[in-house]
Amino acid sequence: MRQLCKGNVAIVKGAVLAGCRAFYGYPITPASEIAEYAALLIPEVGGTFLQAESEVSAINMVYGASSAGMRVMSASSGPGLSLMQEGISYIAGSELPCVLVDVVRGGPGLGNIAPEQSDYFSMVKGGGHGCYRNLVLAPASVQEMFDLTVLAFDLADRYRNPVVIMTDGFVGQMMEPLDIKMRNIEQPAKDWAVKGTAETRKNLITSIFLETDVLEAHVNKLEAKYQLAQELETRCDEYLTEDADVLLVGFGIVSRVLRSTVDQLRAQGLKAGLFRPITLWPFPSRELCKTAQHVKSVMVVELNTGMMVQDVKLALNGTVPVEFYGRTGGNVPAAEEVTAQVFARMSALV
Amino acid sequence: MNGYEVIHEKSPAFYDRYLRKDELQQQTHYCPGCGHGIVHKLIAEALTDLGLQDRTILVSPVGCSVFAYYYFDVGNVQVAHGRAPAAATALKRSRPESIVISYQGDGDLAAIGTAEIVHAANRGENICVFFVNNSVYGMTGGQMAPTSLIGEVTTTSPWGRRASNEGLPLHVCELLAALETPTYIERVALNDMKNIMKAKRAVKKALQIQKDGGGFSLVEILSPCPTIMKMDPVVARNWVGETLVKAFPLGVFRDRRPELPPGPKIPVKTVAEALEVEESAPEIASPRRHHTRDLTLKIAGFGGQGILLMGQLLAEMALREQMEVSWLPSYGPEMRSGSAHCHVSLSHERIGSPLITQPEVLIAMNELSLHKFAASVVSGGLILYNHTELPVGFSAPQARVVCVPASEIADRLGSAKVANVVMLAALLEETECLPAESAISVLETVVKNPRLLELNRQAMKAGRDYVDTEIEVGAVSQPDGYSY
Ligand SMILES: Cc1ncc(C[n+]2csc(CCOP(=O)(O)OP(=O)(O)O)c2C)c(N)n1
Ligand code: SF4
Repeated sequence: MRQLCKGNVAIVKGAVLAGCRAFYGYPITPASEIAEYAALLIPEVGGTFLQAESEVSAINMVYGASSAGMRVMSASSGPGLSLMQEGISYIAGSELPCVLVDVVRGGPGLGNIAPEQSDYFSMVKGGGHGCYRNLVLAPASVQEMFDLTVLAFDLADRYRNPVVIMTDGFVGQMMEPLDIKMRNIEQPAKDWAVKGTAETRKNLITSIFLETDVLEAHVNKLEAKYQLAQELETRCDEYLTEDADVLLVGFGIVSRVLRSTVDQLRAQGLKAGLFRPITLWPFPSRELCKTAQHVKSVMVVELNTGMMVQDVKLALNGTVPVEFYGRTGGNVPAAEEVTAQVFARMSALV
Repeated sequence: MNGYEVIHEKSPAFYDRYLRKDELQQQTHYCPGCGHGIVHKLIAEALTDLGLQDRTILVSPVGCSVFAYYYFDVGNVQVAHGRAPAAATALKRSRPESIVISYQGDGDLAAIGTAEIVHAANRGENICVFFVNNSVYGMTGGQMAPTSLIGEVTTTSPWGRRASNEGLPLHVCELLAALETPTYIERVALNDMKNIMKAKRAVKKALQIQKDGGGFSLVEILSPCPTIMKMDPVVARNWVGETLVKAFPLGVFRDRRPELPPGPKIPVKTVAEALEVEESAPEIASPRRHHTRDLTLKIAGFGGQGILLMGQLLAEMALREQMEVSWLPSYGPEMRSGSAHCHVSLSHERIGSPLITQPEVLIAMNELSLHKFAASVVSGGLILYNHTELPVGFSAPQARVVCVPASEIADRLGSAKVANVVMLAALLEETECLPAESAISVLETVVKNPRLLELNRQAMKAGRDYVDTEIEVGAVSQPDGYSY
């Protein structure tokens, strides 16, 4: 059954379906709506919602709830996520599952509340201390806000690692049809958790490993999980790439703009296609290489000064020229604007 | 075994051998004479006495007691510096049957973790906090703590703590006793057997309170740290009794259950109800398809004119007509300035950008929006303007402009609030993008009040009639009405 739903609301609904019964957050525009909706829904289905005293506390509450074996989440935006970084590192180090939403806003500093994709480095590359990764998903529609949230809980449990849903105020505020297929979602038993029971009494959640070799073995164990995720979890979407000469690459709201750009370019005789990473980490490098095999050039568009473009270049490793177009400050380029950029760079692109 | 008498007397809440330690698995990592060892014992004994071992979750901090989990044979969670009360909060709320202990030092609790402890206490979390105040940072090698005494020499207060530079020692019990919610707050000391027995009773009492669901308790334990103080254990213990106790008076600061006002009852819903899904809703086999057409719109005006709602009504109609649709509002500072606009895209295909910079239709509910957005309308597009006539000197040569005095019409109907519905009806009549029946059926679900619903019906009719009777057909720019 389809319903008209807002992106931010779809995230909470996805969480409820996935069995998330714990939300710890702190308000920040443009993510507050997620907390507000969680405050309404999660207690109604018997869960805990708590507005923490800060994002520092919120992420440590997430740590606590996850230690107890709960499916738990939080949502914030740039400044809040910056405060959470220590906790995220602890969560990864202690191998705890959790889902975090970053509704990215303009930065640095207080910046503004308009859409940017400038948290790419801090979310995709880590941001906290130590050798760990976040799995990062980038929804581009209200339906994906829902579906990827359900997936995020699944991945978090499977890899016992934080999974970040990286989105922005546009996808968050947008209303689109949402199709919810009711189903029972199995949760793993989590016999590692500390539940205050005789069966779990011997369990320990920690990220401290004093001995150098022991810590190295732990880091290697984490790394093995990340290798596996790179093997199994890359996701992407393509639009008219088969015969494309110019491949546009963008994620989240930008990919929506680029879809329109592709149509405009094709209407004007340029064979363009769209490659949209859905997982930002693990980055769909293999898929991109395959798609880019026959294109003449690639143009990456982001709402930042050039972040994902580094991963695109790493993936393509010089085989195809890569152009970049970025907007910041909360400016989302219109499809026409990107079309003009492509034509302005025609000599470089084709 | 090996003559370690203490091993045989050990509480069963401790592990027999500390296998989580790399070496010296018979003894703790604490220095001789360290207060942590005594506090551990008091906790372990109380857990055993109260029969709580299986249910206990010990949250260990960052500090010398970071490895409390080497010793306690209970569920263990090690957390970041200062955040134990936050983690403990969520552990307890996740597992209400468990007994959750937040074990913290003075740097952990009274410096980096001040926000967490104050708020956990203020929420009246049903946890026990055992707060070991040894007046220094032990683990990191003797830096100043918020509880260091005036004149106390530490590695970061080499001339002794100066009130003018670092302020006065922080009194946690007194601070938290200013809150209404905590149940039990007491400060004890480990300087002699008498006080240790008092500490033992305090620890047990705190655990008993939690067992009874009695709320938040904190026991501050003044404790020796011989190593950092460079004292032998006996001297260090005496220093606690003679000096530390003077600065931090012992006693009970709170011992009563708080009286909390009762809260509202939260409705209970099934998952399907919460998700607004009818579990048994039949899948629509072949949707009833009215005549619909793809369209991109921008709707703009003042906040309060129902701008965003008009867009949502359109979106809901499109949804019911099995179309693809996106609705994107303006948000942020602009909303504060009193303007509002939204973008709506109706389509039979998957929608690309929801951001509509060159709309086919602009609905300008005020003059400001007309001026602001008219030029962006595509050539051959349509502008619906909420007025009887265009402002003097205004022109939009590329588009057809239709004036519909929606606010005036709505006023005549009796409520300015339905101006958006008048305009919606005008839009439907003018563009035939969606059927008017669909609007009525959406209004029927959205507007619950029968009187308001009737008003909305009248508004629909008035908007349609206005377009039918007042707008000159001659103004139509294209043969089929209009073209995009
Ligand atoms: C975020 C962070 N900052 C600083 C530290 C370093 N650090 C570890 S323990 C500690 C102080 C511990 O002192 P206290 O809480 O008094 O415990 P004690 O060692 O005296 O028992 C500090 C500053 C850390 N681990 N994490
Ligand atoms: S340094 Fe002080 S607090 Fe730490 S173990 Fe030694 S005596 Fe105890």
